[in-house]
Amino acid sequence: MTGALVVGVLVAAGVYLVLQRGIVRVALGFVLLGHAANVLLVLSGGAGRRGVPLADVGNAPPADPLPQAFALTAIVIGLGMTAFLLAVAYRGRDVIGGDDVESHEDGST
Amino acid sequence: MSAAAPLPIALPILAAGGAIVLRHRIPWPRALGLSAIAFHLGLAIAFVFATRTGEVLAVQVGDWPAPFAIALAVDPFSALMLLVASMMVATCTIFAIATGEDHRPFFYPLVLVLLAGVSGAFITADLFNLFVFFEVMLIASYVLLTMRGGASQVVGGTVYVTTNLLASTIFLLGTGVMYGVTGTVNMAELARVAPGSPGAIFAGALLLVSFGIKASLVPVHGWLPSSYPRATPAVAALFSGLLTKVGVYALFRIYSVVFDGAPQFRTALLVIAAATMLAGVFAAMGAESMRLILSFHIVSQVGYMIMGLGLFGVLGLAGGIFYILHHIVVKTSLFLAAGAVEVHEGTGVLNRLGGAARRHPLLAAGFAFSAFSLAGLPPFSGFFAKLVLVRAAFSSGSYAIAGISILVSFFTLLSMLKIWNAAFWGDRPDGRADSETDAASRRAGIVAPGVLLAVVSVVMGLFAQQMFELSRTAAAVLVDTTPYVDAILGGAP
Repeated sequence: MTGALVVGVLVAAGVYLVLQRGIVRVALGFVLLGHAANVLLVLSGGAGRRGVPLADVGNAPPADPLPQAFALTAIVIGLGMTAFLLAVAYRGRDVIGGDDVESHEDGST
Repeated sequence: MSAAAPLPIALPILAAGGAIVLRHRIPWPRALGLSAIAFHLGLAIAFVFATRTGEVLAVQVGDWPAPFAIALAVDPFSALMLLVASMMVATCTIFAIATGEDHRPFFYPLVLVLLAGVSGAFITADLFNLFVFFEVMLIASYVLLTMRGGASQVVGGTVYVTTNLLASTIFLLGTGVMYGVTGTVNMAELARVAPGSPGAIFAGALLLVSFGIKASLVPVHGWLPSSYPRATPAVAALFSGLLTKVGVYALFRIYSVVFDGAPQFRTALLVIAAATMLAGVFAAMGAESMRLILSFHIVSQVGYMIMGLGLFGVLGLAGGIFYILHHIVVKTSLFLAAGAVEVHEGTGVLNRLGGAARRHPLLAAGFAFSAFSLAGLPPFSGFFAKLVLVRAAFSSGSYAIAGISILVSFFTLLSMLKIWNAAFWGDRPDGRADSETDAASRRAGIVAPGVLLAVVSVVMGLFAQQMFELSRTAAAVLVDTTPYVDAILGGAP
């Protein structure tokens, strides 16, 4: 239940930020959405049903390691994507003069 | 042959690494890139040959036992997609060499990583692995799109990156839910446990939404026309053939594996297909530059592929697969022709163009062939692809979608004529005379790739029977997934 609430709050905050105009806020929104996905991945291994993933701690069986490996991979990919989006935002400050791409009109389309 | 299954992924990655290390020694990146692409093309031809009667080549990476390893599987559909993908990368790279785009630092590493990501998405038989290969492909495409770094690229890149990030996040959520519900992400195991399970259907719906965004289906298509026209000509041509079609491939695969072609969702798919066809073609009629018109036509044409998926059955899917193969070739050819016109004439805006047919007759002929093929006139490949789709629609009683698809063909022809009239006939409004065209800019490398693909489209039309047989074999494995499942799980219970 706690996990579901965490995912819900992260998605709500992430969606709010993604709907803002500035690209830095959008990037932060995607960071939160990515966290929501990662928490959900870990939960899919059944965190509520099982104990901590350490040997000889309590009697519960160890947690499923596969979704944790998924989450680890997704965190790395998410970091790269966020870095790229922020790099585009930085470039946009130079060539557009702000981080709001919607306000920029050009004749190329 | 199945031991070679990882090569289409490993080879471009290795060559990309080499091209990064040797990027300052000028002939080396090009030599590495071209030889990797040539080898990839050879492999893809071998795969098509090896799977032509419906075999599935599977390999368990790392030699782990069946359900635990990340499986790679080449079925006839994957093999055909690999073949067209490496053909498009080869022709677009030749075009990039001719226009000088390949002199940009990291051009070859990025193209090779893109090829590896696309190949991985076609070959993998693991849902999470599919996500990883999508990201490999996307990160390369982000950098290729924004490579020039101007204001236009930043605007287009922002739209493209944020849309794809959203789609990827939904993909990841879907994968998480799928693992939570079924306890597996192996496609073969999913084919056994997912069909009919409500939780898996929900997870599958998240996946379909994500792939729908990546395939630019209406109503989530807006990102494509606002980003593709802003890339450099060679990159736009590469994207037009490859990227959305990977989304379409994933839609076909997931709908076949997770939903087992469930009939209750087919009407929804057909409605989306019709909306996509109509919205794309009408938006294209209002556009005023060559590449923007062609970008809207990508949207419209994806509708035909989804029509094949919505009809399902061997005939419908065979039509969809035939259409994907035909579309990738023809659309890349058109984008290359539009890019060549832009390079020669300095603009792609229709009301500033004119008379290109007189200055570049071969280019004009290539464009005309591809345009007729796109609209679906015989004897080009587009006619036969549409014929199969319409036959499939009639045989399953879906007359409305058949009618819409024929109607959309007329409008497609109309907007191709619009490009033809404005760009290739008449005179340039600024009165630039023919003699002023720089003879050096008529290098064969700029015109040849587009014309070559137009010829491929004609050949596909002439050998339509063989193309149809290949597509039907590929469709049969999607309809009855037993050979696919058995190859991956090795007959294990």
